[in-house]
Amino acid sequence: MIQLEAPFTEEKIRALKQGDEVEITGVIFTGRDAAHKYLHEGGALPAGMSLQNKIVYHCGPVVVKDGQGNWKVVAAGPTTSIREEPYQGDIIKQFGLRAVIGKGGMGERTLAACKEFGCVYLHAVGGAAQVLSTHIQKVKNVYFMEEFGSPEAMWELEIVKFPALVTMDSHGNSLHREILATSTNVFNQLVN
Amino acid sequence: MLLRNLDASLLELVRRTSAELPEDIKRVINQSLQREKKGSVAWNTFSIIEKNIQLAKERSLPICQDTGSCLFYVDCPVGLDQIAFAEVARAAVKEATLKGYLRQNSVDSLTGKNSGTNLGPGAPVFHFHQHASPELRVRLMLKGGGCENVGQQYSLPMESLKANRDLAGCRKVILDSVLKAQGKGCGPGVLGVCIGGDRATSYEHSKEQLLRKLDDTNSNPDLAQLEERVLKEANQMGIGPMGYGGEVTLLGVKIGALNRLPASYFVSISYMCWAFRRQGVNLDGNGEVQNWLY
Repeated sequence: MIQLEAPFTEEKIRALKQGDEVEITGVIFTGRDAAHKYLHEGGALPAGMSLQNKIVYHCGPVVVKDGQGNWKVVAAGPTTSIREEPYQGDIIKQFGLRAVIGKGGMGERTLAACKEFGCVYLHAVGGAAQVLSTHIQKVKNVYFMEEFGSPEAMWELEIVKFPALVTMDSHGNSLHREILATSTNVFNQLVN
Repeated sequence: MLLRNLDASLLELVRRTSAELPEDIKRVINQSLQREKKGSVAWNTFSIIEKNIQLAKERSLPICQDTGSCLFYVDCPVGLDQIAFAEVARAAVKEATLKGYLRQNSVDSLTGKNSGTNLGPGAPVFHFHQHASPELRVRLMLKGGGCENVGQQYSLPMESLKANRDLAGCRKVILDSVLKAQGKGCGPGVLGVCIGGDRATSYEHSKEQLLRKLDDTNSNPDLAQLEERVLKEANQMGIGPMGYGGEVTLLGVKIGALNRLPASYFVSISYMCWAFRRQGVNLDGNGEVQNWLY
């Protein structure tokens, strides 16, 4: 098990290989459909917020306020990443992301951007919202709450030992491409 | 007001559906874990899934953050005030959202505004069926967006797969939907399939197949055979949990059929993720829970 701790430098990211199991510790930002479309259309980040060398988590969490009025994440697993395929590569390039956490994998454009700019795709177990939320220690901030609504807002979270699998590395390898090829092969044998 | 305790019972139905996986699903997930090689990524994934199921129940919190669409299936006696029932159910959904059993999951398609309550045009969904029994049976399915997005509807014949208008053709397109769903809907999943119907009723009926228990047997022997075969073959494809590769790609296949027009032959597939949230209750005349269905 590889410990991936902030700051997430290009060197640390380049050292990761497809198939590595990692535990991530540091600050991450959630971002999904509305955020990716907005940023890709030239939308600006709020003052003081930067994604440089940061991780974006494809996730729309369930967040409630506790008795003291503080935000508390009560369920937070990954959402399907492929919907961000039209935007992700450009966002990696423009904002300097070092990793994307999600589920289901992404396509060739994102894989190429990971290779060119030094980024990885980390797969978390979809549906495992309770196990994953136990690794979220604190809500540091929330952005675009009014504009996008709670699930689509960008939540700044402190995570500790968050478990994930490197399924797309910065050297052009993708587990998703491999499984698609082998399963398509079996499928063709079954139907022909 | 009808049924004094209906509001509390429906709130509990929503809570349970969101936080506790039905026994028939848990059993098959555990059997699937045993089929994977110990220590493999697939095995580790099933272990996380099992831990998650347990944790959600203990904490009384959503198994998955995407609490999906709220689909109510209500079998009611003649004379039940359906308007009043829907009003109470809507209030229960709103309350469950406030409590964090449900995510704020209803978005205006034109403005992008989230209602924040899970209420709005088309949300929640009610299917009322009158039956000749005094019993009030309420079943709820919470179907997440990831698995809903990988549903497919085929119109046969389909030349690219050489799928004709027969069960052999149905088999091909059902397997095609499994190939296409990989990674996207959280596998291993369950397929609800309808052969026939029109575009709307076909999808509708495919979802209703997901109300069947995983260990039931189809009363139509041809469909029972097809279910068994597709399940076996899908698992040969090696897609595995979350598409990581592995022995178990599907947990179950349930197929129903509706009559069709001579000109149409639809095969509709609704995919349900492993976080298969459905529960149901029989309610008495006061709206009190008599027994849980799953």
